[in-house]
Amino acid sequence: MSAVAALLRREAWLAARSRSDWLMPPFFLVVVVTLFGLGAEPNDPRLARFAPAILWVANLLAALLTLERLFRADHEDGTLEQMVLSPLPLYLVAACKLLSHWLLTGLPLVLLSAPLGAMLGLDTAAVVALVAGLVLGTPCISAVGGFVAALTVGLPRAGLLLPVLVLPLIVPVVIFGAGAVRSAQQGLPVDAPLYFLAAILAVCVTLVPWVCSAALRNAVD
Amino acid sequence: MWTWFHRLASPPHFYRLAERWLPWVGVAAAGLLAWGWIGGLVFAPPDYQQKDAFRIIYVHVPTAAASLSLYTMMAVAGAVALIWRMKLAECVLVATAPVGAGMTVVALITGMLWGKPMWGTYWVWDARLTSELVLLFLYLGVIGLQQAFEDARAAARACALLAIVGVVNVPIVKYSVEWWNSLHQTSTILKLGKPTITADMAVPLYAALAGTFLLCAYAILRRVQNELLWRERRTGWVAELL
Amino acid sequence: MDANFWHMSGYAAYVWGSFGVAALVFVWAGLAPRRRRRELLDSIRGSAEDV
Repeated sequence: MSAVAALLRREAWLAARSRSDWLMPPFFLVVVVTLFGLGAEPNDPRLARFAPAILWVANLLAALLTLERLFRADHEDGTLEQMVLSPLPLYLVAACKLLSHWLLTGLPLVLLSAPLGAMLGLDTAAVVALVAGLVLGTPCISAVGGFVAALTVGLPRAGLLLPVLVLPLIVPVVIFGAGAVRSAQQGLPVDAPLYFLAAILAVCVTLVPWVCSAALRNAVD
Repeated sequence: MWTWFHRLASPPHFYRLAERWLPWVGVAAAGLLAWGWIGGLVFAPPDYQQKDAFRIIYVHVPTAAASLSLYTMMAVAGAVALIWRMKLAECVLVATAPVGAGMTVVALITGMLWGKPMWGTYWVWDARLTSELVLLFLYLGVIGLQQAFEDARAAARACALLAIVGVVNVPIVKYSVEWWNSLHQTSTILKLGKPTITADMAVPLYAALAGTFLLCAYAILRRVQNELLWRERRTGWVAELL
Repeated sequence: MDANFWHMSGYAAYVWGSFGVAALVFVWAGLAPRRRRRELLDSIRGSAEDV
């Protein structure tokens, strides 16, 4: 347990030192959503209809920005090798990395999405559905993205490859997440898509650390 | 039985076995495809609802079936490669991806060309079409990932992990799109009347199915041979071969 | 072959387009690995002679 705490502390320490890393995704999210607002007609009510898709895709892309670097620095300075060789189970290390990624990039994006949703014309019920969906969905993005980042960690062209590999895998999360917001907009119950998201999250939490550690081992070997 | 299995997994043995069988596989594939296509284009009577447009079935159904089966096979080969560290399974995995991607492209294009006259549109966001499209992305992802690696073994193992995660993902994608559509799309235009299929329609379809699968087998085996040649290029048996 | 056959009851573009695409990809699937093998054997032979 103390090892987990140490790993998480290390991530927080590293993040505190390179502030641009975790300030960039929220900034990106704001800029993308603003550009959608500016690209549409002024005060177009139809913007609210596309808001679920805009916000979810913007969140996804913002999270993708930092994923490439999730294991890269550790790989370059040899820390990753130490982690693979350490007596600590590698899936625990992977789980810590993914958790810290979500806490540092996913969570700020979730919190920022609420005012941005209101800006795009979502009503209160829809904003609640958006935030609830993002709370369940962004950890899945961190998990799946982290897995792909682990697969591509040693590669020179990882930056191009990563989004191409992540996007098809994340399709269900976007469908259910944006679906929850749309249901709320139409006054329909939102629990079904949120349950689906929770199920996907459960699958991600239980399985991804293991495949992620296998991918890391493959990258280091 | 196990000695037979181990011998099959040895690269030179597999290479020679494939060399012996491949001409027959190729001839059988060409023959069955010719039978299926000519039978389907010339001898099968036109469908009473879809007229001659139904003939697209002879390319669409076999390639769609192949695209799904090959992906499953790729994931199984990936699991074998990861669990038993079997080199041959790695080669099969790497060889399957481009062939499967080709089949998926044909299934998608023929599906669109069939959809236009029948449904009035090239594309609908229906569960089958969308999951087929995601399947294509997954195939392309495996190909891209494989080509990004320098080391063939590391590449194959990374692809194996991706293929396995993808195989978990495809049913979820299909289910999610079904759910998504059931809520918003009330159009029932997709409900095609199941055509009463007669023997002169069905037999060419079975021939085309068998032919397409054999063609895939041929292409994959040839690619496995190439992969083995390249990986073992510094060993004795390849030198003997030249 | 009569004109009816090529006409495909008005669906000619769709039917022949489908079969054309399939034929192209099938020919590629069958021939591409053979060409690759020739290249491979040549390059392996070439590097063997260098040694």
